[in-house]
Amino acid sequence: MMFTLSSEQTDFAAVLHDFLRAGKTDLASLGVDEVTDPVDLVVVFEEVGHHAVAGPLIESLAVVPALMGGVAAGAAAGATHSVAFPPLVPHAVEADRYFLIDGDTLHEATPTAELESVDPSRRLVDLSPGPIVATDVPAARAFDLGVLTCSAQLLGLGRAMLELTTTHAKTRAQFGKPIGQFQAVKHHLANVLIGLELARPLVFGAAVTMNSRDVSAAKVATSDAAWQAARIALQVHGAIGYTAEHELGRFLLQTRALRTAWGSPSMHRARVLEAL
Amino acid sequence: MDLSLDASTLTFQAEVRSWLATHVRPLSSMDTAAGFEEHRSWERQLASERLSVVSWPAAFGGRDASLLQWLVFEEEYHASGAPGRVSQNGIFLLAPTLFAHGTDEQRARILPSMARADVVWAQAWSEPEAGSDLASLRSTAVRCDGGWLLRGQKTWSSRAAFADRAFGLFRTGPGERHRGLTYLLFDLRAPGVTVRPIAQLDGEPGFAEVFLDDVFVPDHDVVGEVGDGWRVAMSTAGNERGLTLRSPGRFTAAASRLVELYRKNPDPALRDRVVDAWIGAQAYRLHTFGALAAPLSGPAASVTKVFWSELDVAIHETALDLLGEVAPGWRDGWLFSLSGPIYAGTNEIQRNVIAERLLGLPR
Repeated sequence: MMFTLSSEQTDFAAVLHDFLRAGKTDLASLGVDEVTDPVDLVVVFEEVGHHAVAGPLIESLAVVPALMGGVAAGAAAGATHSVAFPPLVPHAVEADRYFLIDGDTLHEATPTAELESVDPSRRLVDLSPGPIVATDVPAARAFDLGVLTCSAQLLGLGRAMLELTTTHAKTRAQFGKPIGQFQAVKHHLANVLIGLELARPLVFGAAVTMNSRDVSAAKVATSDAAWQAARIALQVHGAIGYTAEHELGRFLLQTRALRTAWGSPSMHRARVLEAL
Repeated sequence: MDLSLDASTLTFQAEVRSWLATHVRPLSSMDTAAGFEEHRSWERQLASERLSVVSWPAAFGGRDASLLQWLVFEEEYHASGAPGRVSQNGIFLLAPTLFAHGTDEQRARILPSMARADVVWAQAWSEPEAGSDLASLRSTAVRCDGGWLLRGQKTWSSRAAFADRAFGLFRTGPGERHRGLTYLLFDLRAPGVTVRPIAQLDGEPGFAEVFLDDVFVPDHDVVGEVGDGWRVAMSTAGNERGLTLRSPGRFTAAASRLVELYRKNPDPALRDRVVDAWIGAQAYRLHTFGALAAPLSGPAASVTKVFWSELDVAIHETALDLLGEVAPGWRDGWLFSLSGPIYAGTNEIQRNVIAERLLGLPR
């Protein structure tokens, strides 16, 4: 039993954090496209969420490589991939190349229509199946990797919103004192911290076991914890958080979209119960 | 990362499971005179197998078990439906304090009798005017020849109705609030002690008021330095909030029972709550495994205290909503769960601690 990250893993998270904070986006330059271990993927995607990076990263870095067995993973450097798993993942996020899963068969796919996500930074497309790329692909594991990395991203989004809101509560003054001195605000933020802190081990636990029950439990907990973080963040920021000028909106909208991406909380609760 | 159990832990787990399977039997409420003695016998039976305090050194009746093995013990204990621990105040609150702040003489004298339940301990923190604001306590200990004389009143003292001895904080001065307090042990049957049992929601006296009128405490029953009681006691409070008093085993066992109950009484409207209870227990379990490598700080223990106490209420409320008002096997646990958000520092106080000490919000 050793249920903590290694120093290499925490160092890697810190490097990713600095990289993304500096506004850089070419994750392949850090070797992120070669990461396949689920725990390492969680480390990566927590930082992806922490910086609200948009685009088909779950698909390009975790799901498609698992489906293709790494063969085509690094095919065209910098090219993004996306994939739909109807009915659970009915649409794909806009990318350079598309796939569609039908049972255990992987198809090439072409976009037929653009769809509007609740998060405008997520550009979605409907797909129409094309030629078969491979049969007997590990679709179930690839789906679970999508759910797992989505959970990690939600965890990072939640953390980012807690940090933003804590900073705001320390600096914004009303009635002659920082609003973070009011107990109503303190308790809101304490609840956000508790939710995230207890969701986090579920994500890493699921990365270790990679069974569907644990992956679904992680998705349920991170969806709730991150969305709670978003609502409290908006409430504590007040009107400024409701503006398109403030960065909070980016995090909030992405959280709302990812909450139901890769299976809704209700679908994942059903999957947990079925496995018990 | 690795969640597997090593060979010696698996062997230990198998031993505990098989012993419990043949020995666990239902007992009457520990908060009755007869039930208290039944629980004392049960503790002695555990002790005879060195299972009452597995993580303690062998010299005091334990097995030098690792923290992981202790967690495994707890999971097995609760999963087997074994009785509540009448000695828990001593084992989980006083003993860690003695390990950290006691003398060799105190450990040798107090711990073995605690492990065998020859002496059952009650806690004596709160006073009528000092609950959440514990530092405002007013009971005093006045210096006398060879020791101290206690005067004042303690209340909500868990187990005090039937226990043998108690530990608590007393004002020895000088100084106000956190300063000038001393951690003392006293005999609940000593001259000058009056115990008035208080019936709890279940009708049984699970706690009591304790009136102290010049109760003598010898010098060797001062824990830590005179005047340093707040710091000494807070190490115990951390244990109460943290994993030692309420290990995940209690909640994983209750959540599993809830899932079974749902299978027999499936009500789709309650599905989400059942699943969330199971997920919550699993979250606390994994969180605890994560804390094995780096024990939780005081404020981090506030996070888990809020979480497990609210999880416990949620599990039991869901069971009652599934069952209706006839809820055999759940009523006692439900009533007990309702006290969780209050004892060991109310959840409101814990949230203040989290906001101020973990998030750095201004006081």
